[in-house]
Amino acid sequence: MFRIVSHTIARDLRLALRRPADLASVLFFFIIVASLFPLGVGPEVDLLRQLAPGVLWVGALLATQLSLPRLFADDYRDGTLEQLALSPNPLGLMVLGKVIAHWLVSGLPLALLAPVLGLQFDLPTDALWVLAGSILLGTPALSGIGAIGAGLTLGLRGGGVLLSLLVLPLYIPVLIFGAGAVDASVSGLGPGAHLSLLAALTVGGLAFAPWAAAAALKIALE
Amino acid sequence: MLEADNLECIRGARRLFHGVSFGLAEGELLFLQGKNGAGKTSLLRMLCGLSPPESGEVRWKGASIRKLADDFRADLCYLGHLNAIKEELSPLENLLASARLAGEDLAADDALDALAQVGLSGREDLICRYLSQGQKRRVALARLVQERRPLWILDEPFVALDVHAVDWLVGIIGAHLQRGGLAVMTTHQPVEIPAGAVRVLRLGA
Amino acid sequence: MRMIHWFKFSAPSTFYPLAGKLIPWFWALFAGFALAGLWISFFVAPTDFQQGEGYRIIFIHVGASWMSMFIYLVMAFWAGMGLAFNTRLSGMMAQALAPTGALFAFISLWTGALWGKPMWGTWWVWDARLTSELILLFLYIGFIALTRAIDDSRRSDKAGAILALVGVVNIPIIYFSVKWWNTLHQGASVSLTRAPAMASIMLWGMLFSAFAMWMYAVAVALMRVRTIILERERHTDWVRELLLDRS
Repeated sequence: MFRIVSHTIARDLRLALRRPADLASVLFFFIIVASLFPLGVGPEVDLLRQLAPGVLWVGALLATQLSLPRLFADDYRDGTLEQLALSPNPLGLMVLGKVIAHWLVSGLPLALLAPVLGLQFDLPTDALWVLAGSILLGTPALSGIGAIGAGLTLGLRGGGVLLSLLVLPLYIPVLIFGAGAVDASVSGLGPGAHLSLLAALTVGGLAFAPWAAAAALKIALE
Repeated sequence: MLEADNLECIRGARRLFHGVSFGLAEGELLFLQGKNGAGKTSLLRMLCGLSPPESGEVRWKGASIRKLADDFRADLCYLGHLNAIKEELSPLENLLASARLAGEDLAADDALDALAQVGLSGREDLICRYLSQGQKRRVALARLVQERRPLWILDEPFVALDVHAVDWLVGIIGAHLQRGGLAVMTTHQPVEIPAGAVRVLRLGA
Repeated sequence: MRMIHWFKFSAPSTFYPLAGKLIPWFWALFAGFALAGLWISFFVAPTDFQQGEGYRIIFIHVGASWMSMFIYLVMAFWAGMGLAFNTRLSGMMAQALAPTGALFAFISLWTGALWGKPMWGTWWVWDARLTSELILLFLYIGFIALTRAIDDSRRSDKAGAILALVGVVNIPIIYFSVKWWNTLHQGASVSLTRAPAMASIMLWGMLFSAFAMWMYAVAVALMRVRTIILERERHTDWVRELLLDRS
């Protein structure tokens, strides 16, 4: 059972590494969005420090969402998805593999990049760690929930915009606890409670979302 | 082995076909014929269990394929009109990855052997993007070389193949039927396949 | 055996005339409840000594909020039925309910803003309830956009059903997270939850107007479902006969 998950991860990672431009554009999107805010609101350090958790988290959220349409679209177009659906393994496990692979090339690099951007916003060192940790913990849930949206909008015209319409409202709890964790750390409250709730969302998301996404994919293939 | 019972297919507001029934036993081949848009691909996808019939049932070894689910899929090999190969991977990587995702162990030597049989030796490690249409089709067909599943469902397998490759494919399908396998296929090309029994089903007649 | 009796009504051809017979009754109930509710809210309920006459908008606001949440639950129920039993009518029901639910969510936000302006001097406060209501409106819009974007009616029903079920699982989580966020960022916002002790006559007013909205929702959803049935089944014999009879 875990072999099929790891095989899917291996295949998707290999594919992603053959197209490094995709990964790079997600990261640069994140950097650009984060850099726009100081230009929009002005360079006052106090204000930026206050905005940082929300801005960086919204940036990470949008960057993750941006890469979602391709999660299944390529496999759908070239017929691989049909073959996955006809494999004697549960489709949900293969979707889980794809979700994990998606996280490895979006959430993980975003988490590594976020502290660097946090420096631009003059976040204290503790908060930088919490920022990276919260993105690390929260983005798997984003990839999981996003997979449902990607499955539902597969092959539809205007799928990308529709996808964000479906998925972004469902991202709100992750955003609240993620940005809240950094906020709590900045204000000295301690991010523990936020981070545990974030972890709970990720565990729940990874347990249920792949099956809902698999059901959506089967409908899209009919 | 494979039975279709009164299948009906509706696409949008149009009824493509209804009352389609047949039975197929070991070593038998079913040729599906019909004009463009008669629902040949829809019927094949129905037989795979990808799309549920509006009414009627598909049975495998006497049980409904919806109930059998994974057990049925473990006996099935489907080749759609899409090649299901990744442009970014080499033929060898494609073959190995698709075997793994189908839940099978394929040794690298066997995969190389299969690629040699479809005439791709020397191109095993070339990225598929640089292959021609016919060569890509051959990569997809290489799956059939090591395939030991009893039911083959092939959608236009001869498209984009040259005469030589057509002969080879006919041989492979013939050998599969001789082993006691079943095959359902559509084709626009006239081909002679040596089989115990060849049945013909005409859609939209 | 009783099951069969129930499933008979899940056939669109049987349900269509049944809905047609029911609709006038629901309109009549709507009229009755609406009159009672309006009478109480305008003439019986006393003027609030703090908020003046403006507070009377809650007779619409509260009912609309209740209905917007209730309709999402009903929608998810039909969605689940559709996936579980593969009945065509369930998906149509869910699609017929969504615009009404979105309408109530919108009315709830709009009246909330109208109420907020004289109360707190601002059209919008990031209060936990208003924020959740806004997110609920987003969920409705997502559902409508998705089901409208898919041409094939069967795929549209099923995809909508999955989305509605995912939404209904997420609503408590969203509500909890928004509440949590709200308590952490108190200070600036004023909570709507601190309602003054409510006179029982006001409760009756709200109940009557909520019932009126409920009946309206049922009547409109049934009308919409009849339209959807006709549109989807236009190629069947019974619809052709029906249309011939009319003309």
